Amino acid sequence: MRNPQLNKNGELQHLLTIDGLPREIITAVLDTAAPFTEVAEREVKKLPLLRGKSVFNLFFESSTRTRTTFEIAAKRLSADVINLNISTSSTSKGETLLDTVDNLSAMQADMFVVRHASSGAPFLISQHLDAMRQEHIHVINAGDGRHAHPTQGLLDMYTIRHYKKDFTKLTVAIVGDVLHSRVARSQINALTTLGVPEVRVIGPKTLLPADVEKLGVRVFHDMRAGLKDVDVVMMLRLQNERMQGALLPSSEEFFKYYGLTPDKLERARPDAIVMHPGPMNRGVEIDSAVADGPHAVILPQVTFGIAVRMAVMAMLAGN
Amino acid sequence: MRLPDAEQLCIALAERMRPGLHPDTALIGIHTGGVWVAERLHAALGLKILLGTMDVSFYRDDFGRTGLHPQLKPSEIPFEVEDRPVIIVDDVLYTGRTLRAAMNEIFDYGRPARIDLAVLVDRGGRELPICARWAAQTMELDRGQNLQLERSDNGKLTLRMVNA
Repeated sequence: MRNPQLNKNGELQHLLTIDGLPREIITAVLDTAAPFTEVAEREVKKLPLLRGKSVFNLFFESSTRTRTTFEIAAKRLSADVINLNISTSSTSKGETLLDTVDNLSAMQADMFVVRHASSGAPFLISQHLDAMRQEHIHVINAGDGRHAHPTQGLLDMYTIRHYKKDFTKLTVAIVGDVLHSRVARSQINALTTLGVPEVRVIGPKTLLPADVEKLGVRVFHDMRAGLKDVDVVMMLRLQNERMQGALLPSSEEFFKYYGLTPDKLERARPDAIVMHPGPMNRGVEIDSAVADGPHAVILPQVTFGIAVRMAVMAMLAGN
Repeated sequence: MRLPDAEQLCIALAERMRPGLHPDTALIGIHTGGVWVAERLHAALGLKILLGTMDVSFYRDDFGRTGLHPQLKPSEIPFEVEDRPVIIVDDVLYTGRTLRAAMNEIFDYGRPARIDLAVLVDRGGRELPICARWAAQTMELDRGQNLQLERSDNGKLTLRMVNA
Protein backbone atom coordinates (compact mmCIF):
# COMPACT_ATOMS: atom_id res chain seq x y z
CA MET A 1 0.00 0.00 0.00
CA ARG A 2 1.17 3.49 -0.80
CA ASN A 3 2.26 5.59 2.19
CA PRO A 4 -0.90 7.66 2.77
CA GLN A 5 1.19 10.78 3.38
CA LEU A 6 2.94 10.72 0.02
CA ASN A 7 1.57 11.48 -3.46
CA LYS A 8 2.21 9.26 -6.48
CA ASN A 9 5.56 10.99 -7.05
CA GLY A 10 6.70 10.11 -3.53
CA GLU A 11 6.39 13.74 -2.36
CA LEU A 12 4.79 14.85 0.88
CA GLN A 13 1.04 15.27 0.34
CA HIS A 14 -0.12 15.30 3.97
CA LEU A 15 1.88 15.30 7.20
CA LEU A 16 0.16 12.81 9.52
CA THR A 17 2.91 11.02 11.43
CA ILE A 18 6.69 10.60 11.40
CA ASP A 19 6.26 6.83 11.59
CA GLY A 20 7.10 5.49 8.12
CA LEU A 21 8.33 8.82 6.76
CA PRO A 22 11.51 8.29 4.71
CA ARG A 23 14.69 9.78 6.13
CA GLU A 24 15.14 11.90 2.98
CA ILE A 25 11.82 13.66 3.58
CA ILE A 26 12.60 14.36 7.25
CA THR A 27 15.99 15.73 6.25
CA ALA A 28 14.39 17.80 3.47
CA VAL A 29 12.02 19.42 6.00
CA LEU A 30 14.94 20.29 8.30
CA ASP A 31 17.00 21.65 5.38
CA THR A 32 14.07 23.69 4.10
CA ALA A 33 13.36 25.11 7.57
CA ALA A 34 16.84 26.60 7.91
CA PRO A 35 16.39 29.54 5.50
CA PHE A 36 12.96 30.29 7.03
CA THR A 37 14.55 31.07 10.42
CA GLU A 38 16.14 34.17 8.90
CA VAL A 39 12.77 35.66 7.88
CA ALA A 40 11.99 36.55 11.50
CA GLU A 41 14.85 39.09 11.45
CA ARG A 42 13.59 41.06 8.47
CA GLU A 43 11.71 44.31 8.55
CA VAL A 44 8.84 42.60 6.67
CA LYS A 45 8.44 39.13 8.22
CA LYS A 46 6.48 37.74 5.32
CA LEU A 47 7.11 35.57 2.28
CA PRO A 48 4.63 35.34 -0.61
CA LEU A 49 4.62 31.52 -0.96
CA LEU A 50 1.05 30.90 0.28
CA ARG A 51 -0.44 34.16 -1.00
CA GLY A 52 -4.08 33.58 -1.86
CA LYS A 53 -4.25 30.24 -0.03
CA SER A 54 -6.63 29.55 2.84
CA VAL A 55 -5.36 27.61 5.84
CA PHE A 56 -8.00 26.33 8.25
CA ASN A 57 -6.88 25.58 11.79
CA LEU A 58 -9.33 22.88 12.92
CA PHE A 59 -8.85 22.48 16.63
CA PHE A 60 -11.23 19.90 18.06
CA GLU A 61 -9.15 20.01 21.23
CA SER A 62 -7.94 23.24 22.76
CA SER A 63 -4.34 24.31 22.42
CA THR A 64 -3.05 27.84 22.51
CA ARG A 65 0.62 27.41 21.70
CA THR A 66 0.39 24.95 18.82
CA ARG A 67 -2.47 26.83 17.21
CA THR A 68 -0.64 30.14 17.59
CA THR A 69 2.61 28.87 16.06
CA PHE A 70 0.72 27.34 13.13
CA GLU A 71 -1.14 30.61 12.71
CA ILE A 72 2.08 32.65 12.75
CA ALA A 73 3.75 30.24 10.32
CA ALA A 74 0.85 30.44 7.87
CA LYS A 75 0.63 34.22 8.16
CA ARG A 76 4.37 34.64 7.57
CA LEU A 77 3.80 32.71 4.35
CA SER A 78 1.03 35.22 3.46
CA ALA A 79 -1.83 32.70 3.74
CA ASP A 80 -5.28 33.65 4.97
CA VAL A 81 -5.80 31.85 8.27
CA ILE A 82 -9.17 30.83 9.63
CA ASN A 83 -9.22 29.50 13.19
CA LEU A 84 -12.05 27.17 14.12
CA ASN A 85 -12.44 26.13 17.69
CA ILE A 86 -14.75 23.26 16.92
CA SER A 87 -15.15 21.89 20.41
CA THR A 88 -17.44 24.85 21.01
CA SER A 89 -19.00 24.96 17.56
CA SER A 90 -20.79 22.75 15.05
CA THR A 91 -19.98 19.34 16.53
CA SER A 92 -21.84 20.39 19.62
CA LYS A 93 -24.80 20.91 17.28
CA GLY A 94 -24.43 17.32 16.01
CA GLU A 95 -22.44 17.69 12.76
CA THR A 96 -20.03 14.83 12.00
CA LEU A 97 -16.32 15.35 11.50
CA LEU A 98 -16.46 14.62 7.78
CA ASP A 99 -19.48 16.86 7.22
CA THR A 100 -17.51 19.68 8.82
CA VAL A 101 -14.60 18.93 6.49
CA ASP A 102 -16.85 18.84 3.41
CA ASN A 103 -18.36 22.19 4.33
CA LEU A 104 -14.95 23.79 4.77
CA SER A 105 -13.74 22.22 1.50
CA ALA A 106 -16.70 23.89 -0.20
CA MET A 107 -15.32 27.18 1.16
CA GLN A 108 -12.18 26.61 -0.98
CA ALA A 109 -9.82 25.49 1.76
CA ASP A 110 -6.26 24.71 0.68
CA MET A 111 -4.92 23.26 3.91
CA PHE A 112 -6.31 21.82 7.15
CA VAL A 113 -4.26 21.89 10.33
CA VAL A 114 -6.02 19.36 12.57
CA ARG A 115 -5.83 18.82 16.32
CA HIS A 116 -8.13 16.10 17.65
CA ALA A 117 -8.48 14.08 20.84
CA SER A 118 -8.99 10.87 18.85
CA SER A 119 -6.00 9.11 17.34
CA GLY A 120 -6.33 8.82 13.57
CA ALA A 121 -8.72 11.76 12.99
CA PRO A 122 -6.29 13.62 10.65
CA PHE A 123 -5.70 10.36 8.74
CA LEU A 124 -9.46 9.89 8.36
CA ILE A 125 -9.80 13.43 7.02
CA SER A 126 -6.94 12.98 4.53
CA GLN A 127 -8.39 9.69 3.24
CA HIS A 128 -11.79 11.31 2.89
CA LEU A 129 -10.40 14.27 0.94
CA ASP A 130 -8.48 11.97 -1.40
CA ALA A 131 -11.62 9.82 -1.92
CA MET A 132 -13.66 12.98 -2.67
CA ARG A 133 -11.09 13.97 -5.35
CA GLN A 134 -9.94 16.87 -3.23
CA GLU A 135 -6.26 15.91 -3.42
CA HIS A 136 -5.27 19.57 -3.71
CA ILE A 137 -6.22 20.03 -0.03
CA HIS A 138 -3.38 19.17 2.32
CA VAL A 139 -3.75 17.94 5.91
CA ILE A 140 -1.28 18.56 8.72
CA ASN A 141 -1.67 16.65 11.96
CA ALA A 142 -1.25 19.09 14.84
CA GLY A 143 -1.63 16.32 17.43
CA ASP A 144 -4.12 13.43 17.51
CA GLY A 145 -4.96 11.57 20.71
CA ARG A 146 -2.02 9.52 21.94
CA HIS A 147 -0.87 8.86 18.38
CA ALA A 148 1.39 11.52 16.88
CA HIS A 149 2.44 15.15 16.84
CA PRO A 150 4.74 15.20 13.82
CA THR A 151 5.57 18.92 13.63
CA GLN A 152 6.64 18.82 17.28
CA GLY A 153 8.87 15.84 16.49
CA LEU A 154 10.34 17.67 13.50
CA LEU A 155 11.02 20.88 15.40
CA ASP A 156 12.71 18.82 18.11
CA MET A 157 14.94 17.25 15.46
CA TYR A 158 15.70 20.69 14.06
CA THR A 159 16.68 21.86 17.55
CA ILE A 160 18.92 18.84 18.15
CA ARG A 161 20.61 19.25 14.79
CA HIS A 162 21.12 22.96 15.45
CA TYR A 163 23.04 22.28 18.67
CA LYS A 164 24.55 18.83 18.07
CA LYS A 165 24.99 18.67 14.25
CA ASP A 166 25.40 14.89 13.85
CA PHE A 167 22.61 12.51 14.87
CA THR A 168 24.73 9.38 14.48
CA LYS A 169 26.86 10.01 17.56
CA LEU A 170 24.16 10.92 20.08
CA THR A 171 22.60 9.39 23.14
CA VAL A 172 19.14 10.84 23.71
CA ALA A 173 16.88 10.33 26.74
CA ILE A 174 13.12 10.90 26.70
CA VAL A 175 11.83 11.32 30.23
CA GLY A 176 8.42 11.09 31.87
CA ASP A 177 4.92 10.27 30.79
CA VAL A 178 5.61 8.35 27.57
CA LEU A 179 2.33 6.42 27.84
CA HIS A 180 0.06 9.40 27.20
CA SER A 181 2.47 11.29 24.98
CA ARG A 182 1.98 11.63 21.25
CA VAL A 183 5.07 13.82 21.30
CA ALA A 184 7.22 10.93 22.59
CA ARG A 185 6.08 8.62 19.81
CA SER A 186 6.92 11.19 17.14
CA GLN A 187 10.29 11.87 18.78
CA ILE A 188 11.23 8.18 18.96
CA ASN A 189 10.26 7.61 15.32
CA ALA A 190 12.23 10.63 14.15
CA LEU A 191 15.33 9.86 16.23
CA THR A 192 15.58 6.26 15.07
CA THR A 193 14.91 7.20 11.42
CA LEU A 194 17.69 9.80 11.57
CA GLY A 195 20.14 7.22 12.87
CA VAL A 196 20.52 8.10 16.57
CA PRO A 197 22.31 5.01 17.94
CA GLU A 198 20.87 5.11 21.44
CA VAL A 199 17.42 6.35 22.40
CA ARG A 200 16.43 5.84 26.03
CA VAL A 201 13.07 6.25 27.68
CA ILE A 202 12.95 6.95 31.38
CA GLY A 203 9.82 6.73 33.49
CA PRO A 204 7.82 4.70 35.99
CA LYS A 205 6.32 1.43 34.72
CA THR A 206 2.83 2.86 34.98
CA LEU A 207 3.69 5.67 32.53
CA LEU A 208 5.50 3.61 29.89
CA PRO A 209 3.65 1.64 27.21
CA ALA A 210 3.90 -2.13 27.82
CA ASP A 211 5.83 -2.90 24.61
CA VAL A 212 7.88 0.28 24.41
CA GLU A 213 11.13 -1.68 23.73
CA LYS A 214 9.68 -2.66 20.36
CA LEU A 215 10.17 0.93 19.23
CA GLY A 216 13.93 0.37 19.48
CA VAL A 217 14.59 2.15 22.77
CA ARG A 218 16.37 1.24 26.03
CA VAL A 219 14.12 1.46 29.06
CA PHE A 220 15.18 2.87 32.43
CA HIS A 221 13.11 3.22 35.56
CA ASP A 222 15.94 4.84 37.48
CA MET A 223 16.40 8.37 36.17
CA ARG A 224 19.97 8.78 37.43
CA ALA A 225 21.10 5.64 35.61
CA GLY A 226 19.19 6.63 32.47
CA LEU A 227 20.69 10.11 32.27
CA LYS A 228 24.31 8.93 32.48
CA ASP A 229 26.34 10.51 29.65
CA VAL A 230 23.37 11.56 27.52
CA ASP A 231 23.75 14.41 25.00
CA VAL A 232 20.09 15.37 24.87
CA VAL A 233 17.39 15.27 27.57
CA MET A 234 13.86 15.52 26.20
CA MET A 235 11.39 16.09 29.02
CA LEU A 236 7.71 15.34 28.59
CA ARG A 237 4.79 17.06 30.23
CA LEU A 238 2.95 15.09 32.88
CA GLN A 239 -0.46 14.88 31.22
CA ASN A 240 -2.79 15.14 34.15
CA GLU A 241 -5.78 15.76 31.89
CA ARG A 242 -5.30 12.44 30.06
CA MET A 243 -4.90 10.30 33.15
CA GLN A 244 -7.71 8.14 34.38
CA GLY A 245 -7.36 6.29 37.65
CA ALA A 246 -4.37 6.35 39.95
CA LEU A 247 -1.25 5.96 37.84
CA LEU A 248 0.76 8.10 40.23
CA PRO A 249 0.65 8.61 43.97
CA SER A 250 1.13 12.39 43.61
CA SER A 251 2.93 14.98 41.52
CA GLU A 252 5.33 15.59 44.45
CA GLU A 253 6.26 11.93 44.38
CA PHE A 254 6.75 12.10 40.61
CA PHE A 255 9.04 15.11 40.96
CA LYS A 256 11.14 13.32 43.53
CA TYR A 257 11.91 10.42 41.20
CA TYR A 258 11.44 11.80 37.68
CA GLY A 259 11.63 15.59 37.96
CA LEU A 260 14.70 17.02 36.21
CA THR A 261 16.76 18.79 38.88
CA PRO A 262 20.29 20.28 38.55
CA ASP A 263 21.55 17.38 40.64
CA LYS A 264 20.12 14.69 38.31
CA LEU A 265 21.22 16.64 35.24
CA GLU A 266 24.82 16.38 36.41
CA ARG A 267 24.75 12.77 35.30
CA ALA A 268 24.40 13.89 31.66
CA ARG A 269 27.27 15.20 29.53
CA PRO A 270 28.48 18.69 30.49
CA ASP A 271 27.26 20.09 27.15
CA ALA A 272 23.90 18.30 27.24
CA ILE A 273 20.83 20.21 26.07
CA VAL A 274 17.47 20.07 27.85
CA MET A 275 14.27 20.23 25.81
CA HIS A 276 10.59 20.42 26.71
CA PRO A 277 7.61 20.62 24.31
CA GLY A 278 5.66 22.89 26.66
CA PRO A 279 3.63 23.83 28.48
CA MET A 280 5.92 23.08 31.42
CA ASN A 281 4.77 22.00 34.85
CA ARG A 282 7.51 23.55 36.96
CA GLY A 283 8.16 21.51 40.06
CA VAL A 284 6.44 18.45 38.54
CA GLU A 285 8.59 17.24 35.66
CA ILE A 286 11.21 19.98 35.65
CA ASP A 287 12.86 22.17 38.26
CA SER A 288 12.89 25.92 37.59
CA ALA A 289 16.68 25.96 38.03
CA VAL A 290 16.97 23.64 35.02
CA ALA A 291 14.16 25.20 32.97
CA ASP A 292 15.81 28.62 33.26
CA GLY A 293 19.38 27.28 33.31
CA PRO A 294 22.19 27.23 30.74
CA HIS A 295 21.37 23.75 29.36
CA ALA A 296 17.77 24.59 28.48
CA VAL A 297 16.89 25.23 24.83
CA ILE A 298 13.15 25.34 25.45
CA LEU A 299 12.53 28.82 24.07
CA PRO A 300 14.67 28.26 20.94
CA GLN A 301 12.45 25.20 20.35
CA VAL A 302 9.45 27.53 20.09
CA THR A 303 11.23 29.85 17.65
CA PHE A 304 12.47 26.97 15.49
CA GLY A 305 8.96 25.54 15.58
CA ILE A 306 7.66 28.44 13.48
CA ALA A 307 10.33 27.92 10.81
CA VAL A 308 9.71 24.16 10.74
CA ARG A 309 5.95 24.66 10.37
CA MET A 310 6.57 27.20 7.60
CA ALA A 311 8.76 24.65 5.84
CA VAL A 312 6.12 21.91 6.11
CA MET A 313 3.36 24.19 4.81
CA ALA A 314 5.50 25.48 1.94
CA MET A 315 6.55 21.96 0.93
CA LEU A 316 2.96 20.67 1.02
CA ALA A 317 1.62 23.65 -0.92
CA GLY A 318 4.26 23.13 -3.59
CA ASN A 319 3.62 19.39 -4.03
CA MET B 1 29.40 28.32 -30.57
CA ARG B 2 32.50 29.66 -28.84
CA LEU B 3 31.58 31.12 -25.46
CA PRO B 4 33.43 34.04 -23.90
CA ASP B 5 35.83 33.48 -20.99
CA ALA B 6 33.90 34.05 -17.74
CA GLU B 7 36.95 35.21 -15.77
CA GLN B 8 37.72 37.94 -18.32
CA LEU B 9 34.06 38.97 -18.36
CA CYS B 10 34.22 39.46 -14.58
CA ILE B 11 37.22 41.80 -14.94
CA ALA B 12 35.56 43.73 -17.77
CA LEU B 13 32.31 44.02 -15.80
CA ALA B 14 34.10 45.43 -12.75
CA GLU B 15 35.81 48.09 -14.87
CA ARG B 16 32.53 49.17 -16.44
CA MET B 17 30.85 49.42 -13.05
CA ARG B 18 33.63 51.34 -11.28
CA PRO B 19 32.64 54.89 -12.42
CA GLY B 20 29.03 54.33 -11.33
CA LEU B 21 29.77 53.36 -7.73
CA HIS B 22 29.02 55.32 -4.58
CA PRO B 23 30.88 54.79 -1.27
CA ASP B 24 27.70 53.32 0.26
CA THR B 25 26.98 50.97 -2.66
CA ALA B 26 26.27 47.35 -1.68
CA LEU B 27 26.27 44.27 -3.90
CA ILE B 28 23.77 41.42 -3.63
CA GLY B 29 24.57 38.21 -5.50
CA ILE B 30 21.78 35.84 -6.54
CA HIS B 31 22.41 32.17 -5.66
CA THR B 32 24.32 30.38 -6.99
CA GLY B 33 26.12 31.76 -10.06
CA GLY B 34 25.38 35.38 -9.18
CA VAL B 35 27.10 34.96 -5.81
CA TRP B 36 30.30 33.74 -7.52
CA VAL B 37 30.31 36.76 -9.83
CA ALA B 38 29.49 39.11 -6.96
CA GLU B 39 32.44 37.74 -4.95
CA ARG B 40 34.76 38.55 -7.88
CA LEU B 41 33.32 42.04 -8.30
CA HIS B 42 33.39 42.77 -4.59
CA ALA B 43 37.12 41.97 -4.43
CA ALA B 44 38.02 43.71 -7.70
CA LEU B 45 36.16 46.91 -6.76
CA GLY B 46 37.44 46.92 -3.15
CA LEU B 47 33.97 47.62 -1.73
CA LYS B 48 33.73 48.34 2.01
CA ILE B 49 30.15 47.18 2.55
CA LEU B 50 29.94 43.42 3.11
CA LEU B 51 28.57 41.33 0.26
CA GLY B 52 24.91 40.28 0.43
CA THR B 53 23.57 37.02 -0.97
CA MET B 54 20.02 36.07 -1.85
CA ASP B 55 18.11 32.89 -2.69
CA VAL B 56 14.95 34.14 -4.38
CA SER B 57 13.12 30.77 -4.35
CA PHE B 58 10.62 32.06 -1.77
CA TYR B 59 9.59 34.85 -4.15
CA ARG B 60 9.51 33.04 -7.48
CA ASP B 61 6.35 33.28 -9.58
CA ASP B 62 6.54 29.60 -10.61
CA PHE B 63 6.23 28.21 -7.05
CA GLY B 64 2.63 27.16 -7.76
CA ARG B 65 3.83 25.06 -10.72
CA THR B 66 7.14 23.66 -9.57
CA GLY B 67 7.04 23.77 -5.77
CA LEU B 68 10.01 24.53 -3.58
CA HIS B 69 13.53 23.97 -4.77
CA PRO B 70 15.06 21.32 -2.49
CA GLN B 71 18.44 22.99 -1.87
CA LEU B 72 17.47 26.38 -0.48
CA LYS B 73 20.06 28.74 0.90
CA PRO B 74 19.36 31.45 3.43
CA SER B 75 19.44 35.03 2.21
CA GLU B 76 22.10 37.06 4.03
CA ILE B 77 21.89 40.83 3.86
CA PRO B 78 24.59 42.06 6.29
CA PHE B 79 23.81 45.78 5.85
CA GLU B 80 20.93 48.24 6.16
CA VAL B 81 19.00 48.33 2.88
CA GLU B 82 17.14 51.53 3.81
CA ASP B 83 18.29 54.47 1.63
CA ARG B 84 21.28 52.56 0.24
CA PRO B 85 22.21 52.15 -3.45
CA VAL B 86 22.08 48.43 -4.18
CA ILE B 87 23.40 46.50 -7.17
CA ILE B 88 21.95 43.06 -7.88
CA VAL B 89 24.52 40.75 -9.46
CA ASP B 90 23.58 37.69 -11.51
CA ASP B 91 25.41 35.45 -13.95
CA VAL B 92 22.92 35.25 -16.83
CA LEU B 93 19.99 37.58 -17.52
CA TYR B 94 17.16 35.79 -19.37
CA THR B 95 13.41 36.18 -18.75
CA GLY B 96 13.83 38.72 -15.94
CA ARG B 97 11.59 36.75 -13.55
CA THR B 98 14.44 36.04 -11.13
CA LEU B 99 15.13 39.78 -10.96
CA ARG B 100 11.51 40.60 -10.23
CA ALA B 101 11.64 38.10 -7.36
CA ALA B 102 14.94 39.58 -6.14
CA MET B 103 13.56 43.13 -6.15
CA ASN B 104 10.48 42.02 -4.21
CA GLU B 105 12.71 40.37 -1.64
CA ILE B 106 14.99 43.42 -1.26
CA PHE B 107 12.01 45.60 -0.40
CA ASP B 108 11.18 43.26 2.48
CA TYR B 109 14.44 44.40 4.08
CA GLY B 110 13.84 48.12 3.56
CA ARG B 111 13.50 50.84 0.91
CA PRO B 112 16.73 51.13 -1.06
CA ALA B 113 17.85 54.47 -2.58
CA ARG B 114 18.06 52.72 -5.97
CA ILE B 115 18.56 49.27 -7.45
CA ASP B 116 20.83 48.56 -10.43
CA LEU B 117 21.57 45.30 -12.17
CA ALA B 118 24.95 43.92 -13.26
CA VAL B 119 25.22 40.63 -15.19
CA LEU B 120 27.96 38.69 -16.92
CA VAL B 121 25.79 37.80 -19.91
CA ASP B 122 22.50 39.20 -21.23
CA ARG B 123 21.18 36.41 -23.42
CA GLY B 124 17.92 38.07 -24.51
CA GLY B 125 14.46 36.49 -24.25
CA ARG B 126 12.98 38.90 -21.69
CA GLU B 127 9.41 38.37 -20.47
CA LEU B 128 9.35 41.41 -18.18
CA PRO B 129 10.38 45.06 -18.66
CA ILE B 130 13.78 44.65 -16.98
CA CYS B 131 17.20 45.58 -18.31
CA ALA B 132 20.73 45.48 -16.92
CA ARG B 133 22.66 48.70 -16.33
CA TRP B 134 25.88 46.73 -16.93
CA ALA B 135 26.24 43.55 -19.01
CA ALA B 136 29.73 42.35 -19.86
CA GLN B 137 28.44 40.46 -22.90
CA THR B 138 25.19 40.30 -24.85
CA MET B 139 24.09 37.48 -27.15
CA GLU B 140 20.84 36.14 -28.63
CA LEU B 141 20.12 32.51 -27.74
CA ASP B 142 17.22 30.26 -28.69
CA ARG B 143 14.65 29.29 -26.06
CA GLY B 144 15.88 25.69 -26.00
CA GLN B 145 19.41 26.78 -25.13
CA ASN B 146 20.43 27.19 -21.54
CA LEU B 147 23.55 29.13 -20.63
CA GLN B 148 25.05 28.25 -17.24
CA LEU B 149 27.95 29.47 -15.15
CA GLU B 150 29.97 26.72 -13.49
CA ARG B 151 32.74 26.79 -10.92
CA SER B 152 35.48 24.16 -10.88
CA ASP B 153 37.09 22.79 -7.72
CA ASN B 154 39.95 25.29 -8.00
CA GLY B 155 37.43 28.16 -8.18
CA LYS B 156 37.68 28.94 -11.90
CA LEU B 157 34.46 30.20 -13.51
CA THR B 158 33.35 28.87 -16.90
CA LEU B 159 30.30 29.44 -19.09
CA ARG B 160 28.69 26.33 -20.52
CA MET B 161 25.80 25.72 -22.89
CA VAL B 162 23.27 23.09 -21.88
CA ASN B 163 20.68 22.10 -24.48
CA ALA B 164 17.32 21.52 -22.86
